[in-house]
Amino acid sequence: MGKDRSKITVPLVAVLLGFITGAIIIMITGKSPLGMVQAMVRTLTGFDIYGRSSYNPYYIGEFLLQSLPIILTGLSIAFAFRTGLFNIGAEGQLMMGSLAAVTVALLLKAPFGFHSLLCLLAAAAAGALWGAIPGYLKARFNVHEVVVTIMLNYTALHFSNWALLLFGSVDRVKTSEFPASASLASKFLADMTNGSRLNWGIIPVIIALVLYWFIIEKTTFGFSLRAVGFNKDAARYAGMKVERDVVMSMVIAGAFAGLAGAVITLGTFNFGRVLPSMEGYGMDGIAVALVGGNAAVGVLFSGLLFGMLKAAQPLMQSSQIPREIAGIIQSSIVLFVAMRLGIEALLDTLKRKREGQK
Amino acid sequence: MAYIIEMLDIVKTFPGIRANDGVTLEVEKGAVHALLGENGAGKSTLMSILFGLYRPEAGIIKVRGEEVSISDPNVANRLGIGMVHQHFKLVHNFTVTENIVLGLEPHKGPLLDIKTAEERVADLSKKYALDVDPRSVIEDISVGMQQRVEILKMLYRDAEILIFDEPTAVLTPHEIHELMGIMRRLVEEGKTILLITHKLKEIKAVADVCTVLRRGKLIGTVKVSETSEERMAEMMVGREVSFTVDKTPAIPGEVLLEIEGLSVKNSKGLLCVRNLSLKVRRGEILGLCGVDGNGQTELVHALTGLAKIESGRILLKGRDISRLTVKRRTTAGLGHIPEDRQRYGLVLDFRLDENLVVHAYGKPPFSHFGVLDYRAIKKNADRLIEEFDVRSGEGPSTPARSLSGGNQQKAIVAREIDRSPEVFVVAQPTRGLDVGAIEYIHKRIVEERDKGKAVLLVSLELDEIMDLSDRIAVIFNGEIVGEVDASATDENELSLMMAGSKRKAV
Repeated sequence: MGKDRSKITVPLVAVLLGFITGAIIIMITGKSPLGMVQAMVRTLTGFDIYGRSSYNPYYIGEFLLQSLPIILTGLSIAFAFRTGLFNIGAEGQLMMGSLAAVTVALLLKAPFGFHSLLCLLAAAAAGALWGAIPGYLKARFNVHEVVVTIMLNYTALHFSNWALLLFGSVDRVKTSEFPASASLASKFLADMTNGSRLNWGIIPVIIALVLYWFIIEKTTFGFSLRAVGFNKDAARYAGMKVERDVVMSMVIAGAFAGLAGAVITLGTFNFGRVLPSMEGYGMDGIAVALVGGNAAVGVLFSGLLFGMLKAAQPLMQSSQIPREIAGIIQSSIVLFVAMRLGIEALLDTLKRKREGQK
Repeated sequence: MAYIIEMLDIVKTFPGIRANDGVTLEVEKGAVHALLGENGAGKSTLMSILFGLYRPEAGIIKVRGEEVSISDPNVANRLGIGMVHQHFKLVHNFTVTENIVLGLEPHKGPLLDIKTAEERVADLSKKYALDVDPRSVIEDISVGMQQRVEILKMLYRDAEILIFDEPTAVLTPHEIHELMGIMRRLVEEGKTILLITHKLKEIKAVADVCTVLRRGKLIGTVKVSETSEERMAEMMVGREVSFTVDKTPAIPGEVLLEIEGLSVKNSKGLLCVRNLSLKVRRGEILGLCGVDGNGQTELVHALTGLAKIESGRILLKGRDISRLTVKRRTTAGLGHIPEDRQRYGLVLDFRLDENLVVHAYGKPPFSHFGVLDYRAIKKNADRLIEEFDVRSGEGPSTPARSLSGGNQQKAIVAREIDRSPEVFVVAQPTRGLDVGAIEYIHKRIVEERDKGKAVLLVSLELDEIMDLSDRIAVIFNGEIVGEVDASATDENELSLMMAGSKRKAV
């Protein structure tokens, strides 16, 4: 009972402490933390608490847009984690997914809507395949998945940069634009949010969240994955197929990350991009999974939180608050969540003091 | 009478359970005071309160007549209270002395002065006849020696009151005998001992006074010299306990489990089971006894499918199962109660109801088309909890981790018996359990035999083997050195065989 409650209160306290840390650092730099609050409120709601400018839903759209991919990479890391695997490779799986989406978008002709669905499926499949490699190596040869996934991240980066240029490019930085049939861009969502880049990518994200919850909590497959994650020996003793579970877990984790790649490529950009370096969606996903307690609802909320922090950066800069503050807040939240035991002890002491006063 | 410790009307509640319900404990100076109770009776909770690990909700604690508030173990240490935990808290690559001084390292200026400490440890060791070498490294010494290091740790901190939490659970019979001697010596030197245990023999052997708890309540405090073992067992369990297993002679039928020339290697690649053959018949219990580490674990792992077989066959009802997966063996009719219940038997972070379906979750009624039916899973748990008397704080949704050892084992027994396999491989079924739980589990095992199952019982406890088995096979160095009829043998003969002397099979 008490444990369930702390599953929610500890991350909340951690988030609060993270924001307080951010505010203190802003004050040290001689600025007012109100600017940070203003930026965040405006990102979340579109309202300006100073009342200087009018309501603008554009910010909400951008904030949701930033949340989409990191919710997916968060799900990817969380899924592997429930089976006791640490998937550092979400970044690489995402890039492979992105490459697959580009390939299907540029080479295939299909009717509107159906084309983008094919792109999404191809991306999930490519991510799944990229996840299957460390999964298989772990199950068959007991090679640590962290090592393999880190290496595969670089492999994915350079491979996809090379492959993207095969599609032809004017500036060696991006491919040509996708046909409208493949794009996830949504005039409806853009209009609703005053021209933000918010797009239909929101739908695969919602489906992924529901699917995650259903697989983990409701299916026999999820039961077996969780058993393997908690206690491999007991799972094996009960006759579960531990090796198969390890591979399948990485496959599904890879599919979530691959989907994130398609959502970025087809939704935000509408062209394939040659990347100078990794963009950090995988790392953000680790933070999202950690803060979200590896549960679907938790990942949703922590994904939204970190998406908000990303989207608030430009607004913070316009109040002369360095954008790095957002990064500092994000890192301190992760740090405070990792200090879970300390926070629990703190809450206990506070509770006892309050009871003592009565 | 002056008491060194008084714990008056202590109350402590955990979610769903009143662990201590108005318990009073009064300990005389210089006595060995035993605290007896089943698993989950609240003994450890009470001692954790005394040691400052838990705060009671109500009650008064007095040490040497003065009321105290023990808020953490440091306070307990200052009051002269020390605890030897069941699981030792030692740094394995440190020496004995380094472990003992940990936290109060003696120093000359900024430098560690290990020499003075070593001398003091040697002195203490000599005074209490502990025979510990201050310079040996922990990982090189036996479990019994490690326990003495824990005792020395308390003596080094000038503890007057020593709490022993189930100290014999990890010891060999010889080490237990020595520990009893050490306890008496400690009392002679003026220390007071609080002994948490559920083993009546030990209380009889060493304790002066015994306080009995049952389900969080104080049942009574008795003088050990004036009370029989039977009486104490009755106080602990709440009813009469039979120390012998009631069973009729076996009516063995056809062979259900046959092991033919089995050889198994251990994780280090050494041959641990050598060309071993055994037959277990329908309606009989075959006890496999031997000193720990003679291939029992590897044999059980090979039978259940966790270890690879080098050569030989395992036949279940005539069918070779030695190449089948764990799952296929389970469905073929093999049931097992694993030796290490927390590592193999349960997923500790799963709830009780989930643990009860770890084999059957993939089949109706627990799931349909791959989707779990938690209502059926919970119903199954309700039924088994009722039938097998598994006591838990929150019923089916209790995390397995928070069950007491006896109830964890009951849960496993419930799950395995309920699957109704024809052949049972039972390894160490009662290790660490109290008399009540042991009696219950023994009864269920005999019941399964009477239902016509074949039971292979692997145990390190000679008493258990002799009580339960119809036939006894002795394993030494991976080989069966002999098989005897349980009614036609005695402890002496078995001990000789366990040490490797051969005897013809009957």
